[in-house]
Amino acid sequence: MTGAPNPSYDNILEIKNLQTSFFTKDLEVKAVDGVSFNIPKGKVLGVVGESGSGKSITSLSILRLIEEPGKIKGGEILFKGENLLDKSEAQMRKIRGNEISMIFQEPMTSLNPTFTVGQQISESFRIHEGLGKKEAKKKSIEMLKLVGIPSPEKRINQYPFELSGGMRQRVMIAIALACNPDLLIADEPTTALDVTIQAQILDLMKELQEKLDMGILLITHDLGVVAETCDYVAVMYCGKVVEFTDKKTLFTEPKHPYTVGLMQSVPQHDQDVDGDLAVIRGSVPSPADMPQGCRFAPRCPFATDLCRNKLPDLETDEEGNQIRCWIYSDEWDGDPEVNVHEQSKSTS
Amino acid sequence: MNNQKVLLKVDDLKQYFPIKGGFFGRTVNHVKAVDDISFEVYEGETLSIVGESGCGKSTTGRAVLRLDEPTDGKVEFDGTNILELNKKEMNKFRKDMQIIFQDPYASINPRHTVRQILTEAMEIQNAVPKHERNDRVKELMETVGLGAHQIDRHPHEFSGGQRQRIGIARALSVDPKLIIADEAVSALDVSIQAQVINLLKKLQREFKLTYLFISHDLGVVRHISDRIIVMYLGKVVEIADKKSLFTNNMHPYTKALLSAIPSTDLEAKKERITLKGDVPSPIDPPEGCRFHTRCPFATDICRTKVPELRNTEGMKDGHRAACHHMEAIRSGEHQPTVNA
Amino acid sequence: MIQFIIRRILQTIPVLIGVSILVFSMMHLVPGDPAQVIAGEGAPQEQIENIRERLGLNDPLPTQYLNYVTSAVQGDLGTSMRSGRDVSAEIGARFWVTVELAIYSTILAVFLGLIAGIISATRKYTAIDTTIMIVALFGLSMPNFWLGLMLIQWFAIGIDLPSWVPFFNNTAWFSPSGWGSFSQIVLPVITLGTGSAAIIARMTRSSMLDVIGSDYIRTARAKGVKEQIVIYRHALKNALIPIVTVVGLQFGGLLGGAVLTESVFAVNGMGKLIIDSIQARDFPVVQGTVLVASLLFILVNLIVDVAYRFLNKRIDLD
Repeated sequence: MTGAPNPSYDNILEIKNLQTSFFTKDLEVKAVDGVSFNIPKGKVLGVVGESGSGKSITSLSILRLIEEPGKIKGGEILFKGENLLDKSEAQMRKIRGNEISMIFQEPMTSLNPTFTVGQQISESFRIHEGLGKKEAKKKSIEMLKLVGIPSPEKRINQYPFELSGGMRQRVMIAIALACNPDLLIADEPTTALDVTIQAQILDLMKELQEKLDMGILLITHDLGVVAETCDYVAVMYCGKVVEFTDKKTLFTEPKHPYTVGLMQSVPQHDQDVDGDLAVIRGSVPSPADMPQGCRFAPRCPFATDLCRNKLPDLETDEEGNQIRCWIYSDEWDGDPEVNVHEQSKSTS
Repeated sequence: MNNQKVLLKVDDLKQYFPIKGGFFGRTVNHVKAVDDISFEVYEGETLSIVGESGCGKSTTGRAVLRLDEPTDGKVEFDGTNILELNKKEMNKFRKDMQIIFQDPYASINPRHTVRQILTEAMEIQNAVPKHERNDRVKELMETVGLGAHQIDRHPHEFSGGQRQRIGIARALSVDPKLIIADEAVSALDVSIQAQVINLLKKLQREFKLTYLFISHDLGVVRHISDRIIVMYLGKVVEIADKKSLFTNNMHPYTKALLSAIPSTDLEAKKERITLKGDVPSPIDPPEGCRFHTRCPFATDICRTKVPELRNTEGMKDGHRAACHHMEAIRSGEHQPTVNA
Repeated sequence: MIQFIIRRILQTIPVLIGVSILVFSMMHLVPGDPAQVIAGEGAPQEQIENIRERLGLNDPLPTQYLNYVTSAVQGDLGTSMRSGRDVSAEIGARFWVTVELAIYSTILAVFLGLIAGIISATRKYTAIDTTIMIVALFGLSMPNFWLGLMLIQWFAIGIDLPSWVPFFNNTAWFSPSGWGSFSQIVLPVITLGTGSAAIIARMTRSSMLDVIGSDYIRTARAKGVKEQIVIYRHALKNALIPIVTVVGLQFGGLLGGAVLTESVFAVNGMGKLIIDSIQARDFPVVQGTVLVASLLFILVNLIVDVAYRFLNKRIDLD
């Protein structure tokens, strides 16, 4: 652990106005464009969005793992009250894999094929806790047991290719949790897995989260996963948070037209949809051609001139829910009776 | 449903892939990707095949089109066993059976324009007279919701959803009867996925298409299908109309599969059947019922005897499942063994 | 692993048979009667008959081939027509020279190539990267006999430059010919190794870039691993897999390159032997040298395959 713990924080992570951009010859792609959210201690925050929403770049920014030509341009990332953007690279290394860990989407490619499972878990213990080879191996076996891998003494000497996708993701979790992190960032941890394996992994994550009392930042595009695992949800679109609320509010009364559109356009296995699915018309704008007003305006069925010309702020209501949409502001110039839950169904 | 015309009939289809190995690279074993499955697809319906990776659903689709040569069995299309046809005869049938892949980019020539891509398919099949092809291409573009002005663009200038529309347009260009959609919407973002699903349904109505829809996403499958096949390790474990499958499923695997999907319904009561372990290898599938190694209801008979697909009391006509214990499980007589 | 090695050795048998047939037929592919060719133009008929008898050229071809193989396996590759000594003795005297030359050159090439490639990859698109890749392109395109001659001119003979030019005046540091002492070894090794170094550098760069962009490198960084360790432990081990193959192929190429290099530097190795023998129409020696070189090449490939398998655990599946 680095530094004296700062007991004054309520949020394990607090992101304020984070901006991460990728620079090409003549273009700045604002992948993360002023993102703010926080994760209370020991809670699970889901970040939902489609590709291009900036959700993965946000997570990599937290660990400062953005590579050229990307750059974190501004904002604050307060972890236990301390701004990670002020830390040196050496200090960051002590935090990575120790206080903040990360697991990724592709268990098939996220483990190094030339090292055994044991070597890869041991490495964390050796870097962060300075353990010797033997002790690290012993603790690695314990970790494998913790994540539910049968006969860990045997598995520890195997190479990743000898394990199934689900097993590999368990190994990834073992690596991530080795040093008892306070925050786990999970970037689409179950997207590449089959549903029965996904259920196992989600169960495991929930169980360990309670046991170890850590915060989780869960990035996903699957609303079902959010519903089953998260306490809070941030919905992202085009590099911005458009809605931030607790899970129950999100699923019972979503406010942002994009959130509503997402929910209605995904067919669920336990609900029938009559006729066509609701659709969000058009597609995500290209970074080179970002709308100047609300990013969602060109696809939003309720958009007015105000939406098209002026970017709404992320406003916080009295219950602490946040929304970035003109409909909920005093300036709204459209139909005052508008119901965002009634979207049109069209095939275009 | 049974008085409908059968367009595609698959009988005892087997697809084994040899594994080379040993001292001189002989065939030492087989991956039994699809092991003796039979089903029928009626004209104008959407039959979905669902299952997890390695269950053989994609292999089945490929075998039906003879993209891989099946090891054994019969595939009757419109009454003709196409596995007996020679190359030339087969080519005539290919016009009627088209496939849409998960990644349309992998199956189209990136250097061709959309016009070339669509015309090429018509040329090969000689489906449309030469002088009409240009108009047909424009028509197709509009049918799938792309602007005719985009006709001379290259695939990379389109987004993922638009490329999938190109893939659909190409399949449609030869006026097929059957379209096999292999995870056709799986790679798309959710907002785009809904657009493509609606498009597929619209096209089905307009052109009286028959779909064999291969997918792992049971939400999409519930929305798009008339009937559904559940596969596990190369075998059909359950086949039913949509309603029966989602509300009156009989096979423990189907139940487990459905219960594993995270639900957005916060109120829904969950009785999750968590399956332990991984799917066994299709090289050495378990004896008896292939699901017995993970099945909470498995008994001795499951370990020795392969269950037949059958209908029993309380199941709709055409609904069949392959489980020795389905009656007892349904009545509550047979409880899962707790060994967690 | 052992089973793999045995299988791999067995697989070389058909290659060996093919090589021996090719080498054997060299004698018969020469236009005209081999005995006539060997005896030289205008030799009396009697002498030609003698040669024919001595070489067994009157036997049917399969018998001749069998005889050739039988004696070759016993180490008897015939007699040099130039020196009258056993071919195996001729080759034996020079074999190690060439092998040494090739090994030193490989070591140099691997050393330079890996370092240059890694530096290039970790600083991609910078001036350093561009410079290294341009130098590598030069190294690759330079014919090695020309490079050899240039090196002799600059560093063995020395050149006269105006006295204000530092360093490069009177740089006759190394010996221009022969083999054995350090000063004799340096220039031929550089000559022979440069091209391979360039190829390995380029290969290392692209292989490293591939690996550095992969998910598991991101995992390592997210674990808090130091950047040097990420590069030299996590990335390099994976990047080496394709490089090993290239090094193996290069080593084979070096055996060929040795022909020119040995000639330029008057190194008495197999390469020079082969040239001299060709000029003197010493067929048994040419045959023997080609055979030994081929065996060496096959052996190197075998070693590469084993090394490759050792690095890449995944091939071990069956």
